[in-house]
Amino acid sequence: MSNTIIMGAVAYDPKVVTIWDGFKAWFKERGLNFDYILYENYERQVESHFKGHYDVAWNSPLAWLQVKAIAEKLGRKAEAIAMRDTDCDLTSVIVVRADSEIQSVEDLRGTSIGVGAGDSPQATLIPLVHLAEAGLSPEEDLRVRRFDVLVGKHGDHIGGERDAAQALMQNEVDAACMIDGNHLLFGREGTLPSGATRIIAQTGTYDHCNFTILDDAPKPAVAQFRELLLSMSYDDPAVRPLLDLEGLKVWKEGRTDHYALLERAVARFKTIDGFVEDVASRCS
Amino acid sequence: MLLILGDLGLNEGAHLLLKRALAGVAVGDVVLVEGSAPELAVHLRGWCRAQGHEFVDEGGRLQVRRGSAQSGRWRGAERAGEATKVVEQANPTWGLAGRSATVEAGAPSFDFPLRVRDEVWAEEAARLYAQAAAAQWDPATAIPWDAPIEHPDEVEDAVVQVMTYLVENETAALIIPARFTAQIHPHFREVMQLLAIQVADEARHIEVFTRRALLRRPRLGLSTAGAQTSLKTLVDEPDFALSSFLLSVLGEGTFLSLLWFLHEFAPDPITSEVARMAAQDEARHVAFGLAHLTHHIQADPTLKERLAMAVHRRHDALAHSAGLNEEVFDALLLLAAGSWQPDDLRRGWQRIQKLESDMDEGRRKRLQRLGFASGDAAQLSSLHTRNFM
Repeated sequence: MSNTIIMGAVAYDPKVVTIWDGFKAWFKERGLNFDYILYENYERQVESHFKGHYDVAWNSPLAWLQVKAIAEKLGRKAEAIAMRDTDCDLTSVIVVRADSEIQSVEDLRGTSIGVGAGDSPQATLIPLVHLAEAGLSPEEDLRVRRFDVLVGKHGDHIGGERDAAQALMQNEVDAACMIDGNHLLFGREGTLPSGATRIIAQTGTYDHCNFTILDDAPKPAVAQFRELLLSMSYDDPAVRPLLDLEGLKVWKEGRTDHYALLERAVARFKTIDGFVEDVASRCS
Repeated sequence: MLLILGDLGLNEGAHLLLKRALAGVAVGDVVLVEGSAPELAVHLRGWCRAQGHEFVDEGGRLQVRRGSAQSGRWRGAERAGEATKVVEQANPTWGLAGRSATVEAGAPSFDFPLRVRDEVWAEEAARLYAQAAAAQWDPATAIPWDAPIEHPDEVEDAVVQVMTYLVENETAALIIPARFTAQIHPHFREVMQLLAIQVADEARHIEVFTRRALLRRPRLGLSTAGAQTSLKTLVDEPDFALSSFLLSVLGEGTFLSLLWFLHEFAPDPITSEVARMAAQDEARHVAFGLAHLTHHIQADPTLKERLAMAVHRRHDALAHSAGLNEEVFDALLLLAAGSWQPDDLRRGWQRIQKLESDMDEGRRKRLQRLGFASGDAAQLSSLHTRNFM
């Protein structure tokens, strides 16, 4: 009898259906019955995981920390089993206009900074903890303007970063935050013309999404799912368009030792505490 | 390998140099990148992640280890035939790619129903296309729109009626190749291009016939059920070979005689010229129809029988329709006569008879060129629609 596995994922874009339908067919040909449930936001997805509605979650880094914290409270174990090559070793940058007088993080004191959605690790939480650890407390030492595109999606949608970058160019804010690669992308698409901005700070490296399981996940199905993921090759024309859509070249084994920066951010800003308490009490 | 970028940034085009350098090393090998662009390290990190290369920053020493994605992308790619030769059957997954392009594996399959060479191809297609492209004319300048119109009102009415008839025929002749253009596999691009120009030709014909009709009148003349019924049998024909036989060889072939007739007997230089310009284009349409059907019959001699049946079928379908409408016939007669004088009308009548016999002779010749015996050709020609097209 073939294994069955159900995945939870957040529908941050219509292409999500194309991606998982495509993978579903590919898994099916290899003897794994794969199905998926789409959630509107990560919080619903995380809670549903603890309610046993599915077996494996495609989690944002913030959702991973939420799951980990809830699991600890409930005496359960969460594990990251796989991630994209592009989820590893990201950095975020803080950008000012090229002609700005701001030369360093310290110069940001008293200015305004544009960030992404409030729950975006890359465009909000990590850049702000970078500043906080450098001695600049958000809201106290500088004004934070949030570009809340699709809250609940944990910044999966690039819109918030782009809005912040546009606000920077329109002099609405003095600085903006974004992933390193998006600074290059915004240059190419004209949002930030080359030479028009200057990077004044770069955060440490951090990891992004992962496939998360809890300790009650069906072991043979999870093992097969993970093995198939890791066997996907960019050379294979059947999966290549799906890998392109999902933004990776190869799936890698999951690792959880590169979320420290985000953990410090959520601890400092108490981003997930209330949610973790609520879900833990509902699911205990 | 060492790549020196100077002060050129990845947001200014340096990625091209980087790609070129990486193409020169094996997968897994390292390119050391040196440069003074202020954002180089940040951008290199993001670029490598997106491209599937490994980025290493050893205390400011920037290195890129080549990943396997780019070489993997083209594994299993297929060449879409050769640039100057067509294949017997074009592959649906070549899609819209030009002949001889390298097509990535996994490209979508396109449903082009006409992808067998012998069903569409003619060696003459490229030459006819070049000829057609060179012979395009501008309706605004090619026709002497300001030339005098001095004939009586009733003759002008006859001109308008003939133009009305031509417009609906040319509309059919536009729609039909337009539909088949979208069905032909782009591998046979010369045929696709030729049909596209044919469509553009008909667009111009519709324009000049309409404009001529409206020079002295506020509206077009009469459109009859019989004429439209005849044209509908052409529009409804789904088979490319049968359609181009009925439309190009028999219909447009017959029209050639009509257009030259109008050129000769038109009562004014404008009408004469629109007919002449259209006739020149139509001759190419007929030539291509004959060329590819000749090719098709050589590959599949049973096609001839199907062509003959198509003529019979169309004749039967139209047996209860009126054929050429009386209004058009009378208008042609008046044009050919040039006046209401009995002697002129008799001469006009004789000219119409000569026109019909020319049409028949032309059809028989073309049928014989396709390999029909002269008796069969004569019989098939006699069954052709009385609506001419």
